[in-house]
Amino acid sequence: MSELSIPGPSLAARLRSLTPARVGLGRTGVSQQTADQLDFQRAHAQARDAVHARLDAPSLASALGALTGGPVLRLHSAAVDRPTYLQRPDLGRRLDETSRAALAASASGPFDLSVIVADGLSALAVERHISPLLQEWLPQLDGWLRAPLVVVEQGRVAIGDEIGATLGAALSVVLIGERPGLSSPDSLGAYITWDPRPGRTDAERNCISNIRAEGLSYSQAARQLTWYLNEARRRRLTGIALKDASAQLETGSE
Amino acid sequence: MSFAHTIGNIRYTFASLRDLLAKATPPRSGDHLAGVAAQTAEERVAAQFALADLPLDRFLGEAVVPYESDDVTRLIVDTHDAAAFAPLRSFTVGEFRDWLLSDEASGDRLAALAPGITPEMAAAVSKIMRVQDLIAVASKIRVVTRFRTTVGLPGRLSARLQPNHPADDPAGIAAAILDGLLLGSGDAVIGINPAGDNVAVTARLLQLIDSLRRRFQIPVQSCVLAHITTQMAAIEAGAPVDLIFQSIAGTEAANRSFGVSLALLDEAHQAGQALQRGATCAQGIRGDNIMYFETGQGSALSANAHHGVDQQTLEARAYAVARRFRPMLVNTVVGFIGPEYLYDGKQIARAGLEDHFCGKLLGLPMGCDVCYTNHAEADQDDMDSLLTLLAVAGVNYIMGVPGADDVMLNYQSTSFHDALYVRRVLGLRPAPEFEEWLAGDSFSRLALEAHQPERLLPA
Repeated sequence: MSELSIPGPSLAARLRSLTPARVGLGRTGVSQQTADQLDFQRAHAQARDAVHARLDAPSLASALGALTGGPVLRLHSAAVDRPTYLQRPDLGRRLDETSRAALAASASGPFDLSVIVADGLSALAVERHISPLLQEWLPQLDGWLRAPLVVVEQGRVAIGDEIGATLGAALSVVLIGERPGLSSPDSLGAYITWDPRPGRTDAERNCISNIRAEGLSYSQAARQLTWYLNEARRRRLTGIALKDASAQLETGSE
Repeated sequence: MSFAHTIGNIRYTFASLRDLLAKATPPRSGDHLAGVAAQTAEERVAAQFALADLPLDRFLGEAVVPYESDDVTRLIVDTHDAAAFAPLRSFTVGEFRDWLLSDEASGDRLAALAPGITPEMAAAVSKIMRVQDLIAVASKIRVVTRFRTTVGLPGRLSARLQPNHPADDPAGIAAAILDGLLLGSGDAVIGINPAGDNVAVTARLLQLIDSLRRRFQIPVQSCVLAHITTQMAAIEAGAPVDLIFQSIAGTEAANRSFGVSLALLDEAHQAGQALQRGATCAQGIRGDNIMYFETGQGSALSANAHHGVDQQTLEARAYAVARRFRPMLVNTVVGFIGPEYLYDGKQIARAGLEDHFCGKLLGLPMGCDVCYTNHAEADQDDMDSLLTLLAVAGVNYIMGVPGADDVMLNYQSTSFHDALYVRRVLGLRPAPEFEEWLAGDSFSRLALEAHQPERLLPA
C-alpha cells in the first residue's frame, strides 16, 4: 500500500468542507493518527455517557410544571434500570404497576392530546431540548384540550400508547431521546399517534427526528408538530398516509 | 418428537427440533427476549449434547418453520440436493463437526457439499463449534464472485466503500468516495445507503458513480441500497444499475415486513441480468453475479416473524434465500440491530463468525459489516478483534466507512484505515483488477484531480 498517496492538508480540508463524514484523515503507516483516534474516542464517550445518563425526572417535572402552569404526572416503565431497558424493549413499552395505578387514578378524559416526555436512549436530549421546544410549541396549541403532561422514565416510544389510551386522548405525542450517534448525543425525536392504544405499530405513527442545535430547530420542529396534529385530527389518522401528505410540508418555505 | 439428555440427576428434555436448536445456542440477548433461550448454562450444554447426537438427516424430516405456511422452508426443502448430501447422510451433528475440522474436508469437497447442506444443518453444527472451529472451517472455503472485480480469491480481502451522507448531497458523497478510493477501498462495491428512498435520488447517485468510474476507468461496481422496487424503477428509468440490493431474512413473514417476496426477488434478478453490465474480469471470466444481500441476526424477531426459532438459525435460513440468486455479495450487518439482540462485543463477535461460517458452508460469498451502535456494550477494540478474526477466517469483504463513523446511519463500522491495517498484518491484497488499477496511471490522475472534488461530479 506504500504507493497510495497520503492526502495533503489542502486536500483533506477540501474534502472535509463537503461532508460531515470523517474524510481526509491522515495516516501513520496505514493507521490513524493520534489526534483523529482520540477525537473519535471523545465522540464515542459522549454518546455512551448519554445512553447511560439518568434522567433527573423530579427536576424536569417541576421545571415543566412551572413552564406550563399545569400538573405534571411522573411515571416509570416496567424496565427497572438501564441494562434491563437495553435488553428488554418490551418492558420499556409498558408501565410498571405503580405507574399504571397512578395513571388510572388520574385519568379524566376525553382529551384532544396527550404530550408524553420519555428519556428513551438519551436523557441528555430531553434535558437540553424539552423546555425550549415546549416554549415554542405549546402556544400554537390554542383550542386543544391537553391531558396533564407526563414524564416517564426508562420509556420507549410505544409506552405512549398505554398512557394515551388510559388518559382518553385522541392523539399522543411522545417526545423522546433518540439513539445517540457519534456526533449527535442529544438528538430528540417526536412520535405522533392517532387514537393511541397498545398494539399500535410504527407504521401507524409519524415521526419528526433530529431535533437539536445542529439539526432541526425548535421553531421548525414546532411548526411540523402542529401541522401533523392538525392534519391527523382532520383526517383521523397518522402513519404512512400522512407521511405522503407531508411532502408538501417538506417542500414548503422554511 | 422430543429430545433429551441427562446430566447428573437431571434429565433435560426438549420439545421439538426448534426448541433443541434454540436451547443449544450460545447465549445472546435476542433469544432471551424471544423467550426461547436455555434457562441455565447446564441446560444449554445438555441441549448441545443432545444436538451433537442428532442424525443430520433428521433435519430433512422436521421443519423448524412449517412447510405449508412459509416459502423459505419450501425453498430449502424443494431445492435440497440429495446427491450432494449423500456423503453426509450417516453423520450425526457431532460427527459432522469432527469431519468439517478433519484434513479430509478440503475446500473443494466442502464446496461440492454445499447444495446438500440445509441452513438448519449449518446452524446446528455451528452451535457446537468454538470460535476457532468457526474460523478453521470457514478459512478452507473460498467462494469467488465477479462483476467488474473478482472478489473472494485466496489471499485477497475487498472492501465496500460506503460514502453515505445525511442528506444524499452528491458533492459530500463524492468527497467520501474519493477519500476511500485514495485509501484503496471500493473493490467489493461502492455502495450508498440513501437517506431518502426515491427513484430520482437513486438514479442521480448511480450516475455520479458511473461517471466517475468511466472517467477514471475504475474496475468497480456500484449500488444504491434503496428498496428493491426503487432500484427496479431506476432500471426502468434507464439509470446505470450495477448490483441490485435487498435486505432479506429467514422467514416469509419477515421478508414480507421488508416488502419483498421470492417472486419479487426473481423479477429484480431477471431485470438486472438483462442489463449485462458486468465486465470481463481477471482470468478472462465474464462477471455475472449481480445481487447484493444484507442480513443480520434478530431481524425476524424484530418483525415479530420468528415462529419461536432462535435468531441464529433464522439468519442461516436467510442464506437459503440469498443462494438462490448466485449473489455477488452477501454480508451480515452483525452489530447494527442493537443490544436487545446482541448485547455486547462478545455476542457480536461470535455472531459475526457464526454468520460467516454458515454463509460460506452454504456456498455464499460472505462479507461482514463489523459494526456496533452506541447503546451496545461494545467499542472499537471489539471491532478490531472481530475484524482480525474474520480476516483470518477468509472473509470476502468488509466495510470501508470514513473514520468508521457512518454519519447517515448513526453507527460505527470499519474504516478505510482498518481495511489497510488488516490487509497489511495478514498479507492480504485487494481484488486483482482493482490492485492493478491502484498501481496505474488512472489512479495517479484521480489523485491529482481529487483536489477539486466538485469538478468530478457529472454535469
